[in-house]
Amino acid sequence: MSFYDVLQKYDKNVVMQKIQSVKAEDVTRVLAKESYSPEDYMVLISPAASVYLEEMARKAQQITLQHFGRSVVLYAPLYLANYCVNNCLYCGFNVHNKIERRKLGLKELVAEAKSLSSTGIRHILLLTGESKKHSPVEYIKDCVKVVSEFFSSVSIEVYPLEEEEYRLLVENGVDGLTIYQEVYDEKVYEIMHPGGPKRDFKFRLETPERGCKSGMRSVGVGALMGLADWRSEAFFTALHAYYLTNKYPEVDISLSIPRMRPHAGSFEVPSPVDDRAFVQILLAARLFLRHVGITISTREKSYFRDNLIGLGVTKMSAGSATEVGGYVEKRGDGQFEISDDRSVEEIRQMLYSKGFQPVFKDWQYI
Amino acid sequence: MSKDALVIGGIELRSRLFIGSGKYSSNSLIPQIVDRSGAQVVTVAVRRVDLASEEENMLNHIPKDCVLMPNTSGARNAEEAVRIARLARAMGCGDWIKIEVISDTKYLLPDNLETLKATEILAKEGFVVLPYMCPELMTAKRMRDAGAAAVMPLGAPIGTNKGLRTKELVKIMIEEIDLPIIVDAGIGKPSEAAEAMELGAAAVLVNTAIASAGDAVGMAEAFSLAVKAGRMAYLAGTGAVKNFAEASSPLTGFLDKAVSKK
Ligand code: SF4
Repeated sequence: MSFYDVLQKYDKNVVMQKIQSVKAEDVTRVLAKESYSPEDYMVLISPAASVYLEEMARKAQQITLQHFGRSVVLYAPLYLANYCVNNCLYCGFNVHNKIERRKLGLKELVAEAKSLSSTGIRHILLLTGESKKHSPVEYIKDCVKVVSEFFSSVSIEVYPLEEEEYRLLVENGVDGLTIYQEVYDEKVYEIMHPGGPKRDFKFRLETPERGCKSGMRSVGVGALMGLADWRSEAFFTALHAYYLTNKYPEVDISLSIPRMRPHAGSFEVPSPVDDRAFVQILLAARLFLRHVGITISTREKSYFRDNLIGLGVTKMSAGSATEVGGYVEKRGDGQFEISDDRSVEEIRQMLYSKGFQPVFKDWQYI
Repeated sequence: MSKDALVIGGIELRSRLFIGSGKYSSNSLIPQIVDRSGAQVVTVAVRRVDLASEEENMLNHIPKDCVLMPNTSGARNAEEAVRIARLARAMGCGDWIKIEVISDTKYLLPDNLETLKATEILAKEGFVVLPYMCPELMTAKRMRDAGAAAVMPLGAPIGTNKGLRTKELVKIMIEEIDLPIIVDAGIGKPSEAAEAMELGAAAVLVNTAIASAGDAVGMAEAFSLAVKAGRMAYLAGTGAVKNFAEASSPLTGFLDKAVSKK
């Protein structure tokens, strides 16, 4: 049974009804508990719970401190190629967008890696669009070998692969996989992904699990907040993480809450998520999944990011470029617009000033 | 050798409080924590050691007269623990190794079987092996037989600050195993550290409770005092605990009277 089967057991309307009908007493009862079930998590993301953000924040802070201490792991993305055969309506790399398509040669990659590692970054996330022609697994593997010389942890965020392909990458030095479902509502998913292999909802949904089976140390899931109603999306994302932590306890499962921002092309965000909602999702996730890492990207504004530290965030990107070759030369045609453009050093100082330690190295290829 | 010495791996230790090096707001706090806690043994996660960075390399913040106890945090099985241990040695972290094998990210409980396997391999390679484990007498005995220098049972799941929840099991280990028993994980308050020491633990390892305190340095000193007090109490021999007060006129006194009146 995969998570796809688990998902089939839930009727989105029933879930929404349950979340909407939560009462204040349910929230106070759940807040007094020490461990939570998926049902409790529904309570925490309900409209009724939205007035309890302060209480939730206190609890979340305490749990985060206990389990992760006063530290935040820093990482940076590195875009290898922006060729993409998919047609995701919300993405700047979408096949119909007229942007310059590039792919880093291995020599260029060395230059990027050098430039990025000189900032102190030790954990990187390699990204590509979906193109088996321009960025086949062999190419990704070669890139992994190159960057392993410069970084102590290498994760990938590329198109969904088969378990064997992941295993090959793990053997060559990859330890983490990030793969967002984008949206858990299958109907909305179909609308958002009108063309290309990404149309296969089930194959994508089962990707994190293939990653777990392949020997990845850490696997990150998430939904692109804003594509469908956030309460049910937050529920299914957390349920996915919960499913994975139970089934693959040896894998570090992490969760991300990427929120829609403007990008190249024009796309109106269907269900915008405001700051309060964002914080509620974050806090509820921390209470429900106490050991799960929570990642926050540079899509969020600096002021907002700074204030989330200690509330549940365990990992954040710093000094990010979201364009191919962006660490050597910035052109401004990234996958999404960066809202926090501070350098690694500035983020480092900010963390220290808030009483948190920036952790650059939290893993080492062994 | 002083009278009440704790000797591990041939080193006579001056403090029975071991501390961690993670979770602090800054590595630069470590020297102060070491100073005020009086700790000599400091555990370091090998995965976090960054030799390439002058400033962020925590080894640079640990005073030179400390004994480094690198740990294999992040290892999910014996093989990974062994690889991390060898890496620690290659990095120049010495021969001590705390084996930590956790294959359960939900409760973060150690995997005793894999830990035992790693103990066997690393002890043969000449490491001073300190396995972190769920308190279980038989496995601890096997670890001893495999060459462990001490065993480190948990007081409660790591990071929970719940105290000495495994007291009965740890007590049995202290009674039955002729190796130092070091309570690691779960100790949340100085009083709980004292409790472990009163029980006869050879030492305690504290990380989260110090790192997450409002004043980490102050808490480090509090733990230092508690560990000393607990040890002194253990050496002095605590009085027997009675379950209920003894009534001043004994309830069964009439029996004696009955005899004398005969
Ligand atoms: S989100 Fe990914 S798959 Fe979709 S268009 Fe953008 S790069 Fe391609």
